[in-house]
Amino acid sequence: MEGWKGASVNQLVWKRTQLISIVVIALLLLMAILVNTTALRQQTWLRVLFGISALNFMLRASVPLILGALSGILCERSGIINIGIEGMMLAGAFGAFFFKVQTNSWPLLASLMVGVLAALLVGGLMGFLHALFSIRYRMDQIISGTVIIVLATGITSYLFDRDAVAQGKFGEIRIPLLADIPVIGNVLFNNPPITYLALILVVVLHVAIFYTRWGLRTRAVGEHPSAADTVGINVNRFRYLNTTLGGMLAGLAGGFLVLEAVGQFQEGMTAGRGFIALAAMIFGNWNPFGALAAALLFGYTQALQNELLLAGVTTIPRQFVSMLPYVVTIVAVAGFVGRVRPPAAEGKVYETEAH
Amino acid sequence: MRIFRSLLIPVLALLAALLTGAIVMLIFGDNPLKAYQGLFAGAFGDGRAWATTIRKMTPLILTGLSVAYAFKAGLLNIGASGQFIFGTVCSVAVGISMEGMPMLIHLPLAIGAGIVGGMFWGAIPGLLKVYTGAHEVIVTIMLNYVASLFAGWTVYAGGTQGQTPGPLWDPTAGAISETPDVLASAQIPWMFGPPYRVHWGVVLALLVAVLFWWLIYKSIFGFELRTVGQNIKAARYAGIAVNRTIILAMTIAGGLAGLAGAIETLGLNHKFAPEFSGAVGFDGITVALLGQTHPLGVVLAAFMFGALDGGASRMQFESGVAADIIQVIQALVLAFVAAPMIIRSIFRARWLSEAEGQATLTTGWGGN
Repeated sequence: MEGWKGASVNQLVWKRTQLISIVVIALLLLMAILVNTTALRQQTWLRVLFGISALNFMLRASVPLILGALSGILCERSGIINIGIEGMMLAGAFGAFFFKVQTNSWPLLASLMVGVLAALLVGGLMGFLHALFSIRYRMDQIISGTVIIVLATGITSYLFDRDAVAQGKFGEIRIPLLADIPVIGNVLFNNPPITYLALILVVVLHVAIFYTRWGLRTRAVGEHPSAADTVGINVNRFRYLNTTLGGMLAGLAGGFLVLEAVGQFQEGMTAGRGFIALAAMIFGNWNPFGALAAALLFGYTQALQNELLLAGVTTIPRQFVSMLPYVVTIVAVAGFVGRVRPPAAEGKVYETEAH
Repeated sequence: MRIFRSLLIPVLALLAALLTGAIVMLIFGDNPLKAYQGLFAGAFGDGRAWATTIRKMTPLILTGLSVAYAFKAGLLNIGASGQFIFGTVCSVAVGISMEGMPMLIHLPLAIGAGIVGGMFWGAIPGLLKVYTGAHEVIVTIMLNYVASLFAGWTVYAGGTQGQTPGPLWDPTAGAISETPDVLASAQIPWMFGPPYRVHWGVVLALLVAVLFWWLIYKSIFGFELRTVGQNIKAARYAGIAVNRTIILAMTIAGGLAGLAGAIETLGLNHKFAPEFSGAVGFDGITVALLGQTHPLGVVLAAFMFGALDGGASRMQFESGVAADIIQVIQALVLAFVAAPMIIRSIFRARWLSEAEGQATLTTGWGGN
């Protein structure tokens, strides 16, 4: 049973990885507090690396990656590979924009909520389509994901009215008391709603996957569908449900881009975030908290890119600075994917014997 | 009979996709009849339309072959667009330098540079897959972004904060980011000159398709490649050097996409600017699947997509329907080809056997 031995080694490596990421995050926090409260603030480079604006940017850049990675986790834990996150995100962004524009005359909050619902709905529809292709029509799941991406790119560009303008976006909600904590309060407790929601969803999903009946069944379906079937779990129903829910989360990530970050829709505005989210999911070993750490890491590289350009502290051409998130993703995937373990039944069509 | 049956699914898929596209247009208030008339006129209406179709088809043949080649080894090369761009940059670099070189040497050198550039960019995911287990899908996608940023830097016009301009930037272009024109000795000659503008690159692409067929189906290397793609365990057991085969497969796939970039630049654009994207690389996936990874199928699929792309702007001009609908149709073609069961249920074609043409490549994230 070579596989078992491999799994235990994997777990050891994974434990170590977790430890490293906790240490890194703790160090980052320590530096951030030092730089933002002491005289170290005078150092341009330290400010670029650890300033409040860098940390704020990190969190903002991470939100779509967190939601995208959670979307991937939902699908893949039940055995459906989802490389279409990018497309679901783009479709969700367009849905949010379209309905935000339609309801511009409504009170801002109501209009934004309609946008959020639209993002969830459109994303969910794309997720359902992916499930339909993969389960009912037995399409190769990677091809189905590709179809979702091309379809979303085409249809959003086709329907996009370049003159439409969405008015207003979500503003920050300051959480009293907590927001007054120096540095941390400023970064964590003074954010717009979808950012909070994304962070809460990490916890919710962690509990749901590892401590509820639904989670146990989802994992059973993704690891050993025939065993799950034997004990009476409807394998494909779980896959439909999870993939649709996953699509909704990816749609919400798109909704974040339109309703919270940018305020408008642009063609192809997801710009690879769905793919980076996919990498975050793998890097995080299909665990919500792992994905959160990975998403923050990728978000940090994007923040760094932004801060470096703004501060003008380097003469490195901006293209090379912009490569940072992508290169880090490659290094992360190359360094870790061999050591993480995907759900065992992933990518395989499941049919009952009685068929 | 076999050829007839394998042609049937793509043709039915195209029909179904056009039908679905028409429904989408109807829902959103566009006139599909006028759109398709414009599309047809733009693709096949006159000599110029044919020239456009052939011009659009040429790089698609090669990127389609690139993706198909990787498929044969069980790999999904989403990186054809990055390899295309990297190849383009390399061939332009050679094409704008070495003044006074005779065409007989300069042109092959420039094309070769494109191939080598693409091979290099394709080898990276192959090596990473073999030695670290990194899935080629993610690595190639990330490399696409890196390639287009790198290419953007080579023609960068310089920054206001003392950033030096990129090495291939044309100083006479002022603030515009682009390379100078490729020297005449490195340009692929016209087969039919303007106004038709068809260059010899299309013949080269077709020759490569023949070579592809020989390599895959007639050579020992091709046999090993297909064995690895179909059953990696059996290939290992049979003593095939699986790792070497995977690295070579990605390298050659990259070379094919790089060649596409070289041909497109040396034959048509004659220079590189950041807005020349590698979208044809992404289309290569669809073309390869549509052509069921067979070189003849790829050529036919590239022709179909070339016609769709070629007719798109005329369609938009004549009917006012946004050209982006073509991408929707292309996605639908891919969906219908990848899931013949949908076609079966649309056309109620029970005689179409169930497993026919069903593409399977997923091995999951763990790879081998």
